Amino acid sequence: MIKARITVTLKNGVLDPQGKAIEHALSGMGFDGVGQVRQGKVFDVELAESDKAKAEADLKAMCDKLLANTVIENYSVAIT
Amino acid sequence: MKSAVVLLPGLNRDRDMIAALTKISGTPPVTVWQTDSEIPDVDLIAIPGGFSFGDYLRCGAIAARMPVMRAVSEMAAKGVMVIGVCNGFQILVEAGLLPGALMRNTSLKFVCRQVKLQIANANTMFTRRYQPGQIIRSPVAHHDGNYFADAETLRRLEGEGQVVFRYAEGTNPNGSINDIAGIINGQGNVLGLMPHPENLIEAAHGGSDGRALFESALGIAA
Repeated sequence: MIKARITVTLKNGVLDPQGKAIEHALSGMGFDGVGQVRQGKVFDVELAESDKAKAEADLKAMCDKLLANTVIENYSVAIT
Repeated sequence: MKSAVVLLPGLNRDRDMIAALTKISGTPPVTVWQTDSEIPDVDLIAIPGGFSFGDYLRCGAIAARMPVMRAVSEMAAKGVMVIGVCNGFQILVEAGLLPGALMRNTSLKFVCRQVKLQIANANTMFTRRYQPGQIIRSPVAHHDGNYFADAETLRRLEGEGQVVFRYAEGTNPNGSINDIAGIINGQGNVLGLMPHPENLIEAAHGGSDGRALFESALGIAA
């Protein structure tokens, strides 16, 4: 079995109002020096697959077809 | 004119859409369920608003991958009219039937109010009963209506008259780019909009500004 972690983040230049709200909250809590905060999503996926290359290709297809909206989001796949 | 309404778990404006289509066309629409891979022969398919699949992952993302949406895509390719309202718009965008994306409102708040809309293109199958530039009222109720498209897509939408509805007179409730409230595909038969025209079709609603959209699509004389 292969375990992977997929990280989905907003593309640069796409406004992230949630990230902005978190950024302001952190500053308000007294964490000084907080610069830009961008929020995203993490998916931990288990695959019944032993071929690492095949798993990586499948995971990328999953991102392209469902897990990420590539109009506004980037993704990265890390096999753990 | 025959119509169909797509039903998915979590939608909550389906009965409003069915009521509007029934009252305006005189015939109740057929309903199709998420697992249906075929849609009966109709002229118009409506995808109502709500929170399909709990808005999990992204609004409309799961619904867009259901068998019924493959059927909607096939019908749309044949020229059948498709209208998606609110969550229906989000589903059409996620399904790739319309370009761009609908993101969280810049206020981060759910907005439920009446806005003003400008008819940015009155030369479509859905807006021909309106006047060009006409300002109408419409309710909105959503958390993710902030339309976004990359610069090239936006240029194409604006250049080809694919922006059909725009929030007018400073009433943009969600921060959408160029005040976009509704767009149509290049073929001119798939429309998506965040406002709810089905909720403003008769005096009991406090107005009927949304009625002409359905009359246009259903080919009913004003």
